[in-house]
Amino acid sequence: MLAAIGVGSVEELFNRQIPETVRLRQPLALPDGEGEQEVYAHLRELAQRNTSAEDELSFLGAGMYDHYVPAIVDMITERSEFLTPYTPYQPEISQGGLQAMFEYQTAICELTALPVSNASSYEGPSALAAAGYLAKLHNGRRRFVISAGLHPHAAETLRTHAHGYGMEVEEVPLRDGVTDAQAWAHAIDSDTSAAFFAQPNFYGAVEDAEALSAAARHAAPEHGNAGAGGQANGGDPIDGAGSGGEANAVGADPVVVAQVDPITLGILKPPGECGVDVAVGEGQPLGNRLDFGGPSFGFFAAREEYLRRMPGRIAGETVDVDGRRGFVLTLQTREQHIRREKATSNICTSQALNALAAVVYLSWLGRAGIVELGELLLARTSYARRALCAIEGVEPFCEQPVIREFALRLDADVAAVRRRCKEVGVNPGVDVQALSARAQDRGLLLVALTERRSRADIDRLAAALKAALAAEREVVSV
Amino acid sequence: MTVEASYPEDLLYHPEHDWARIDAGLEEATLGITWYAQDALGEVVFFELPAVGSAVRKDEPYAEVESVKAVSDVIAPLSGEIIEVNGSVEQDPHVINTDPYGEGWLVRVRLSDPGEREALMDAGAYVASLGS
Amino acid sequence: MSAVSTLTGSQPPLQRERAVTIFQKGAPGRRAFRSPELDVPAGEGDELLPSRLRRSKPPALPEVSEPEIVRHYVGLSKRNFDLDSGFYPLGSCTMKHNPRLHERAAALPGHARLHPLQDAERAQGALELMFNLQRALAEISGLEHVCLAPSAGSHGELAGVLLTRAYHESRDEVRRKVLTPDTAHGTNPATVTMAGLEVVKLATNDAGGVDLDDLREKADSDVACLMLTNPNTLGLFDPNIEEIAQIVHGVGATLYYDGANLNAVMGLSRPGDMGFDIVHFNLHKSFTQPHGGGGPGAGPIAVSERIAPFLPPGQVVRGEDGTFAFAPAAPSSIGRLRGFNGNYGCFVRAYAYICSLGGDGLRDASETAVLNANYLLARLQQTVEPDVRSYLPLAYGQLCMHEFVLSGGPMRRALAIKTVDLAKRLLDFGFHPPTVYFPLLVEEALMVEPTETETKETLDAFADAVAAIIAEALKDPQIARDAPYSTPVRRLDEVAAAKRPVVRERPVVRERPAGNGHAAGHKHPGGHRR
Repeated sequence: MLAAIGVGSVEELFNRQIPETVRLRQPLALPDGEGEQEVYAHLRELAQRNTSAEDELSFLGAGMYDHYVPAIVDMITERSEFLTPYTPYQPEISQGGLQAMFEYQTAICELTALPVSNASSYEGPSALAAAGYLAKLHNGRRRFVISAGLHPHAAETLRTHAHGYGMEVEEVPLRDGVTDAQAWAHAIDSDTSAAFFAQPNFYGAVEDAEALSAAARHAAPEHGNAGAGGQANGGDPIDGAGSGGEANAVGADPVVVAQVDPITLGILKPPGECGVDVAVGEGQPLGNRLDFGGPSFGFFAAREEYLRRMPGRIAGETVDVDGRRGFVLTLQTREQHIRREKATSNICTSQALNALAAVVYLSWLGRAGIVELGELLLARTSYARRALCAIEGVEPFCEQPVIREFALRLDADVAAVRRRCKEVGVNPGVDVQALSARAQDRGLLLVALTERRSRADIDRLAAALKAALAAEREVVSV
Repeated sequence: MTVEASYPEDLLYHPEHDWARIDAGLEEATLGITWYAQDALGEVVFFELPAVGSAVRKDEPYAEVESVKAVSDVIAPLSGEIIEVNGSVEQDPHVINTDPYGEGWLVRVRLSDPGEREALMDAGAYVASLGS
Repeated sequence: MSAVSTLTGSQPPLQRERAVTIFQKGAPGRRAFRSPELDVPAGEGDELLPSRLRRSKPPALPEVSEPEIVRHYVGLSKRNFDLDSGFYPLGSCTMKHNPRLHERAAALPGHARLHPLQDAERAQGALELMFNLQRALAEISGLEHVCLAPSAGSHGELAGVLLTRAYHESRDEVRRKVLTPDTAHGTNPATVTMAGLEVVKLATNDAGGVDLDDLREKADSDVACLMLTNPNTLGLFDPNIEEIAQIVHGVGATLYYDGANLNAVMGLSRPGDMGFDIVHFNLHKSFTQPHGGGGPGAGPIAVSERIAPFLPPGQVVRGEDGTFAFAPAAPSSIGRLRGFNGNYGCFVRAYAYICSLGGDGLRDASETAVLNANYLLARLQQTVEPDVRSYLPLAYGQLCMHEFVLSGGPMRRALAIKTVDLAKRLLDFGFHPPTVYFPLLVEEALMVEPTETETKETLDAFADAVAAIIAEALKDPQIARDAPYSTPVRRLDEVAAAKRPVVRERPVVRERPAGNGHAAGHKHPGGHRR
């Protein structure tokens, strides 16, 4: 090979191309390489030092949940043909992946009752930030209004990104566990680019999504109701990120963005029927593993008029030269490789394999299953809240309906109570304060359920929590 | 579908491959993109019209035109205010390819400074600027 | 169709039946899922959830059995080309072999079913893994401070530009411009805009590197950063890198390293030593995370001392007692970029890769990647019958790093076939084509990155295929223009797809006829009792 190249050594290839002054002339200070067996043993040893949902009775949630992942998800996503290709740049040999994207988009559209979906975003919170960027490109305004019911990670991620593209963020407080409707309507004005809420919210409570969407629409009195967020004429063009070609809808309503838990959408009124413009969320509950936080995927669905401002890949249907049905990546002029500094997002590699897992999972769950699963979660979660709130020292965070998760206020140190529960093999949920700096979050325990937690498991949690609280009271009184 | 290259003599040309047809009274002009521009882009699949009443400034973009694999700013050859837009182009952007100087016109503008036309090229100069 | 069989070469055609989506399959009431028993009170009517909050009709998800799902997706998989099936020399994408050990390790329940909010003392294995990976990436990049959190390369870029902004703002400086060469990946300029800054393009010199005169002219006190890929997208290591760093640092700006091409220099040259302040890694490129048909990936960043105070939260630290924990975010942090801890599953795979190779192995990988690229380049440029070089000359330079860019301009003029035609014809020869039409400054660009995991035989076969296609085009260029022939579909109408976007199926929900109340078995299709 060297002779064909015309060099005497591999070293010469580098000597002729890299200046000596920036060559690394010592070995990397890393351990020596090891054989497959040794590496596996090391990674297994590390895995064993983690307490997974396999090892304890876990009620952890707050955005990621220990749902059952059917075996066919593993079997299909482990196939080389899905696991090892790159992004489908050559559609003729990527029909499998492209059709799976198209099916995934369809499933997300069905779940959200919105007409368009992208092929995946990174994960939940950054999908919310991407929705903010869409709003900025759409109407060029300068403020975001967010509900304090957003997941703290989502709120913080939005703030980080919004600071980048130059937006102010104002948070509206909760009232009775859900977004304060009056404060929400008051905060949204004619300079509001987008308004964000979570459904169910971070504390598990079901919001009145219809009312929040409608309030966002009617809260910009200067412009009246300009219809369904349509592009209005008139007004001065705003110098946004785009060129003069950007049609800035100065007179239109703010973009209403809902962050949704997809597993609830079998029973909960979908965002598309609640007046929501853009629905985003964490896709992990749909057939993806916990993986200590990723990789999972974010979903991103919207009303039709936002199609050309969507971030990320979108698969579209077409035909080949012989008239055979096929799929391609479409509307690519939105994307960074073509539109460069004016792109609707910088995203390139996304979460195709995770989205495939989701569509396989949703096919497995099916039209009836998504409803049955929702009903089961609703019933068990309601049962669990009742059972836990019957314990002395436990108060519900709110009285609103909850579907798969709920917050409790404990009259003891949450960290200490959790410690005691874990000693008996029960991880009772998330200490909200560890996740959030919000004052409202002190003393809160967030308890999540999946279909893997039975009534017996809930009863065991109740017993553990009761004993832990009693023990804590004893410590205090001593 | 492809039409022959042409650069009508009655138009003025901007180096960013845009044309202007200035009315006799020098008050208004029709704008569009040249044969060269549409050929470089390929089949136009999307064109979003600017709003009537918005201002365009010479040498600055006022719209974007998209093919499958490219997007290009449309540069205003002259300054003024948009008084009319070609709605049929939005419906069927392919006419920009098939008839770039006729049915494929984009906007009509009330000129704010007709003197700007002095800086534009005639057909001969524009064709020469395209090289071989 | 006999013409087709002669055109498909030795490759058996992939599945060619008409595409039917999962939404068009199945039958009313058919299912795979069986819900766990309802073991608690169901609640009376709308007691648990008022009807105004309820969905009125279920989403039209598929109604299919498990065997139907398996057949459907296995069928789809056969309509995909993949790295495990053949050569995938996609430039800038580093399609190296993905060892299956990594999948097995990542699937261990201790990794796969570990909740992201598990307490630190109960996630010590995961935290140690992240800590070790941080250390390894710091060593490989020559930059001490690593944050693993960004979700992919472009997310790492966004972190990098926001870090640059925060750094300048901390010094009470407002700098608005970011320099990017005209060879840059599209993610660079897109990122700059998202970070609220302005792109200024840098010209490329005749040797394919940064034009130093243009850089000197544009480098001023309003420049926040220069984003550079080195080796760049032409596969060339910029010999002036130190001078570039000097100019950029001289005006107080930072230097950002797009790590997409790190596979050329691991253990051989380090971005930190070249003068870069911020680096992002693509774990799905250099470190074998399988690409999944478009992700997942991970885009950790490494930064110098002066940038470290602004890092997003999520660094793992080791305490004095030897235990590991997430460090609290610094008050000057740019803030969180995503939920939770980053794509940990990708970290497991990247870490397994680094453990398998060790320091020397990583250097060997880069050396072999560069050797393979130069060998393939030599084979292509030295093939005399036909004279491939006269149709597909190297765009810049003579040697290359881990990839090279050919220009299809002469081929287009001489044979009237474009780079896209060559690419499509390669499909019939069983190869994934190289990256085409990028970088933009090369006419009819063809960007080839073979990676270190390919054999000489594979490289030879690819070079022979390119030569065969040129030879074929000399006789009959129409063959390439109409290619491919052997694929599940042939060239697709992308214009129609973009003009009238159809981005979803419209499922038709069929209700089960009344009285047919039996639940179909979940492991077999219902209603087919023969």
